Parts: sequence; C-alpha cells; structure tokens
Amino acid sequence: MFGRLVYESFRRQKRRKLLAGIAITLGVGVATAMIAVATDIGDKISRELRSYGANLIVTPQEDTLDVQIDGVDLKPPSDGAYLNEADLPRIRGTFWHHNIVGFAPMLPVSVAANGADAKNLTLLGTYFSKHLKFGKEDFTTGVRLTHPWWKVQGAWPDDNSTDVLLGESLASKLGRKAGDEIMIAGQSHRVAGILSTGGAEDNQIVAPLALAQQILGKPGAVRRLYVSALTKPEDALARRDPKSMNPEMFDRWYCSPYVASIAYQLQEAIPHSHAEQIRQIAQNEGTVLSRIKGLMLLVTLAALFASALAVSAAMATAIFERRSEVGLMKALGAGNISVAALFFAEALLLALIGGVLGFAGGALLARQIGRSIFDSQITIEPVLFPVILAIAVIVTFAGSAMAIRRAVKFDPVYALRGEA
Amino acid sequence: MSSDLINRRAAKPHTSMFLRMLMRAAVLRRGRAASALLAMVVAAAVATAMLNLYVDVQAKLRKEFRNYGANIVVVAKDDKALPADALSKVQSAIAGHGFAVPFAYIVARTSDGQPVVVAGTNLDQVRKLDSWWSVTSWPNASQDALVGTRAAAVVSPQGKPFDLSFQLRAIHLNPAGILRTGASEDSRVYLSLQDFESWTGVQPSTIEIAASGSSDEIDSLVQKLSQSLPATEVRPIRQIMEGEARVLGKTRATLAAAAALIIATAALCVLSTLIGWVFDRRRDFAIMKALGASEGLISGFFAAEAAALGAVGALVGFGVGVGVAAWIGRVNFHAPVVPRFNVLPIVFVGSIAVALISAVLPIFLLRRVQPAMILRGE
Repeated sequence: MFGRLVYESFRRQKRRKLLAGIAITLGVGVATAMIAVATDIGDKISRELRSYGANLIVTPQEDTLDVQIDGVDLKPPSDGAYLNEADLPRIRGTFWHHNIVGFAPMLPVSVAANGADAKNLTLLGTYFSKHLKFGKEDFTTGVRLTHPWWKVQGAWPDDNSTDVLLGESLASKLGRKAGDEIMIAGQSHRVAGILSTGGAEDNQIVAPLALAQQILGKPGAVRRLYVSALTKPEDALARRDPKSMNPEMFDRWYCSPYVASIAYQLQEAIPHSHAEQIRQIAQNEGTVLSRIKGLMLLVTLAALFASALAVSAAMATAIFERRSEVGLMKALGAGNISVAALFFAEALLLALIGGVLGFAGGALLARQIGRSIFDSQITIEPVLFPVILAIAVIVTFAGSAMAIRRAVKFDPVYALRGEA
Repeated sequence: MSSDLINRRAAKPHTSMFLRMLMRAAVLRRGRAASALLAMVVAAAVATAMLNLYVDVQAKLRKEFRNYGANIVVVAKDDKALPADALSKVQSAIAGHGFAVPFAYIVARTSDGQPVVVAGTNLDQVRKLDSWWSVTSWPNASQDALVGTRAAAVVSPQGKPFDLSFQLRAIHLNPAGILRTGASEDSRVYLSLQDFESWTGVQPSTIEIAASGSSDEIDSLVQKLSQSLPATEVRPIRQIMEGEARVLGKTRATLAAAAALIIATAALCVLSTLIGWVFDRRRDFAIMKALGASEGLISGFFAAEAAALGAVGALVGFGVGVGVAAWIGRVNFHAPVVPRFNVLPIVFVGSIAVALISAVLPIFLLRRVQPAMILRGE
C-alpha cells in the first residue's frame, strides 16, 4: 500500500514532481560544480603562478661570490665553479619529478660581438626547448617553460643550432633584426629572433648552451640552474630545520612537495650543488594561493547555502500544495507518522534522482569551467559522489521537514473544505 | 469627517481599493508573505555579496600581489647616476599609489681583495618593498650592515666586524643581520644610504617602484615617468606584471562563473517560492474575476504586489549582502570589502524582474481556467 501510494503520487503528479526534481537537480548541479572547482582551484592557480618563473635556483656548492648589479654579471666567467650539464637530466629521477614544470641552465660568458663594437657583451647560454632523455623518459625543458614572460619576435632558435637571440635594446643599438647575421667571437651567427624580457637580457645575446660552452672552452659547464616546481604552501612542518627532525617526521617532510624539500632533493640529485628557494617567488606564491583558495571556499559555502535554500523552497511549495491530500488521508485514518513517512519517502526518491542527475550535470559544468578558464580538465574525485548524494538527501529532508510538520498538523476538516 | 473620506475614496475608487487589497494581502497571509520576502531577501543578499566581491576582489588581490615587490624600475642610462631630483619626481608621479626605493651599487674589495657588491638604500622602505627578505635582524645604527648569507661567508665568517674598501677609501662595518633571498641579494652587503654616500660618494643609480593599480594605470605611469626623466630608462618588470595579470584574470573569471551560478540558483529559489505563493491564492484570483475584475486589473494587482516584494527584498538584501561581502573580505583578506553602490541598481532591477516573472507566469496559466472551477476546488 505504501509503495503504491508513492508510485501513484509520482505517476499522477508529474508536473509538481518535475518542478521539485528540477530544483533539486539544479541545486545539486551548482553545488557539485562549485565543490569541484574549489577543490581543484589550488592546483590550477599554482600552475598559473608558475608564470612568475622559477622558484628554485641551483648553484655550484663551492662557488665564489656573485658580482651582479641590475642583472649584469661582472664576475669574470673563468672564476668560480660550475655544475655539470650531464647531471641535469637526473632531476627527472627525484621523488617529486612530476611537480617539476621545467628547468633552465644558464651560462653567461663575455664576448666581443660584431668586431667593430669593442665593448664586451654578455652572451647567455641556455636551453630554449631542449629534448632530453632520462632513462626511458623523453621530455623537453628550457626557458620557454621557466621564463614564460620572455617574448621573441621572429623564431626561437633550435637548441642544436648555433643561432642566437638578440636582446631588444642591444638589437636596436647594433641595428640588427631577425634573420640578419652577427659576428660573435670571430664567427658568424644567424639572429633567429629579437628577445624582449623587460630585464637585463634585453641588453644581452642569448644562445644555445652548447655555443656558450664552446666560446668559454668548458664543455658541459653550467653556472646556474633555474627550476620551476609546483609546491605546497609552507606550514609549521615546512619551517622546521630538517636536521632537527626525527626519522619519521623527516620522511613526512621529504615526501611533501614543500619548496625546501624539493630543494633538498635537487641537491641530492645534482652532485656538488647548492639548491635554494627564490624567496620572492616561492614565499609569495603561498600567500596568493591561500588567499584565492580561501576566497573560493567562502564562495562555495555561499553556493551551497543558495542551492540548499532553493531546494528547500521547492520542496516546501510542493508539500504545501498537497494539504487537501493530507486531509483526506487523515480522514481515512492515517496517523501522523505514516503521512510523514510517505512525504519523506517521496523526498528521498526525489533527492536520489535529482542528486544523480545533478552530480552528472555539475561534473559537466565543472569540466566546462575548467576548459574555458584554465585550458585544462577539472578532475572530479569519485569520493565526491556519495558526499554530494548525502548532502542532497539531507538538504531535501531539512527543506521538507518544516513543510511536512505543518501539513501533518493541519486540521483535516479545514483542509478538506479547501480553506487554507 | 467620514463624508470627507467617502468623497476622497469616491474620487479615486480604483487606487484606494487597489492599495487596500495590497496591504491586506500582505497582512492576512503573513506566513506565506514572510517566506516569499525571506526568499527575496536571501537571493538579493547573495547576489549583492557576489557582485561586490567580484568588483572588489581585483583591488584586494592586487594588494596581495604587491608583496612580489617592485613592478617598475628606473635605471640611469650608461652607468651614470640618476639626476638628483629623480626620486622626488618619481614620488610626485606615483602620488601615494605605491612607493619608490632608491638603490646605489658599487663593487668593493674585502680585506683579502675579493670583489663584493655593496648596495646603499633606504632599509626601512626595502623592508616594506621586499617583504620576502628573510633577515635575522634589521640594522638600525650607523655603520651597521645587512650582509647576504653568501657574502657573509666571505667577509665575516664568524660574524665579526669587517673592513671594505672602495677606491682607496675604507669603511669599518658591523654585520647587524644576515639576509637570505635565494637570489643575487645573497651575495651583497646592504648599507643605509647615508653611510653609503659618505663612504663612496656614489649616488643612487636605480629606483625600484611598487606601484598599485591596473595594468593600464601602470602603463600610463611608466609613460609619465619616462617623459619627466628623459635621461633614464623606465621599464615595467614584465615577470611581475604578466604573472599578476594572468593569475588575476583567471581568478576573476572563476569568480564570475561562480557568481553567475549562485545568482541563477538564488533566482530559481525566488521563482519557485513566489510561483507557489501566487498559485496558492488562485481562489482570490477566482473571486476577483467572479466579481467582475478585468484580467488587466488582476495581472496589475499581482504584478504590483510582486514589484513591492521585489523592491523591499532588494533593499533589505542589499544591506545584508554588503555585510556578508565585508565579512568575507575580513576573514580572507584581512580588510573589509568596500560597499559598491553601483551594484544596487543591478540588484534592484534584477529582483523586481524576477519577482514580476514569477507573479505573472502563474496568472498566465490560470487565465484559461473558469473561476467557478477554482472556487469549487478543482
């Protein structure tokens, strides 16, 4: 009898059930999409924050002091120690290699360019977008990943060629444009493009690393290595000194993508190196990230609140309209409990159907948001499904409870006479 | 007295009855009217809060992004010093929207002849500009120096006072604090500008500016500075500007999508509550029709009711929404979101529009039904 009552209620009141069902579906959809976006936003924004460039720097351990003013290196290139280029691919073998977006080695050398211009210029050797191999893994890395604000007019040189990029200011001083030839250290090189960075490189020549090594006469030498890594904002554990940790805590620290633990692992991977976080980038990243995450969390709460309210309002309206039905049931001898049970059973059914449809719709919506804003997928955790379904049922019940209470308390005589 | 009232009512029979019906409808069905109003208020509040946040979040996040330090740099051309009035010109150009810090650099020699870069600057302002600098203790006395961690290993490994020389002039410095940044600052020694100038006689060659504002405002500031300081090179720091623009754009787009979803949900809530409310009163509708009211009058009556509800709901909701936005601002950004009154007309018109739609829709459906059928309860 109970089953038939529920079944008939759905069969005969299609319009009302449809309205309440739509409200639940939309509410759940919005809630799902917002929760999915909010849980993934940290990941997405931290990827966007990588456009600030490298957050780690690796230097030789026994290096002499940098003599650098306004980005111009004044240290004689022969001074100091070097990293070995052959060690670089080992970065892909570290524990957190999936978090390493890219790395770029730098080797500045002084050159006399163009013969006529006797003034010493800086030629910076680096990777542009170099194919490397570590074990069976192929990957590309270079300044195009680590320095995304570098803009080239013309083309980026090939890493295996001897083509160069000219800094914007230097190019206008020398009167060169993309496609021209330039004499560097007694050899002619093609200018592949004009580089604009807004920094010291605007006055420099940027060339493939091999060319800089050849000019310096030190094959395999690298002065500095910039590493761009996705990191977790610092917390209490990250601020502790790893030397003072017990082994268990050290493992936890080592296996968290803190900027300090990634620096530690880089130091392990590259012999005789010293890795350090670039505090300007690394420290601020955490603040910006936590602000944006906090904002999205609060906005998600607002979305949950609004959709809970919409579902409650729809349920309350649907039940309020059925007072005469309640009157009839009670006149025929139904108790308060069985009337309430009927309404709750209907609400449960509506919540489950609306919850499943809403979850699917919300997942699509989140995907769409991810694709149109971040150009990447927003992944929906499967664990979200039961959570969303539970929330849908609870909100539907809570929204119906008040209306059901009032409907059950209503005097059947008034209800049957149609007096509200 | 009473004939006065009768005369007045006789003069404008429609208006008076119309207003009375409106008032009585609200008073007699308090519960339902209150729940409709509540839905309206909540929807307007949520919409106000989201719009306020959307408008204000840019300013809030820009402030956070200024922690990345300078976004414009003024450099003297060809290794000369900046003109003496450069700093005051820069300061008048930025006019309170940010601040400027001068830097002077030389290469000095340690007592065993190693080169080390020494910088002179305003240390109090650097502390504000470069908030990421990790410093053990900031110097505050004359002859106190802030020593980069790598420079410290060379000039003063035990933390003892040390000597530096520049063009045969020596200075005796006391390492007050150790600086750690992970960048070229680690290899430098920082002094106050007074100590620096009295020792070397070298004037500042670089001014770093942390300017607040949109990218257009910063572009126009760069233009203005390069015009007023022709002997210098003024350039925006692209690394900082582009990163900021990117993250800000994405955050705002996400927030816009969220705001659209939330406002749509809130509108839906209002729609379903109000439709229920009007539908519930189909007997009023039938009686009015049976007594000879025209369809236009009935529609007008329900529309006026909805509009009043929408207006009251929007005003109250605006107040509540501003409060919510301010609270979110304080919790997340430690600064309240400033109320934007240009959001009010949008919320106001939107609320009334949603209320009107939800009142007129059921009337439109009920129009075809005979009043007798509704009154019989079918």
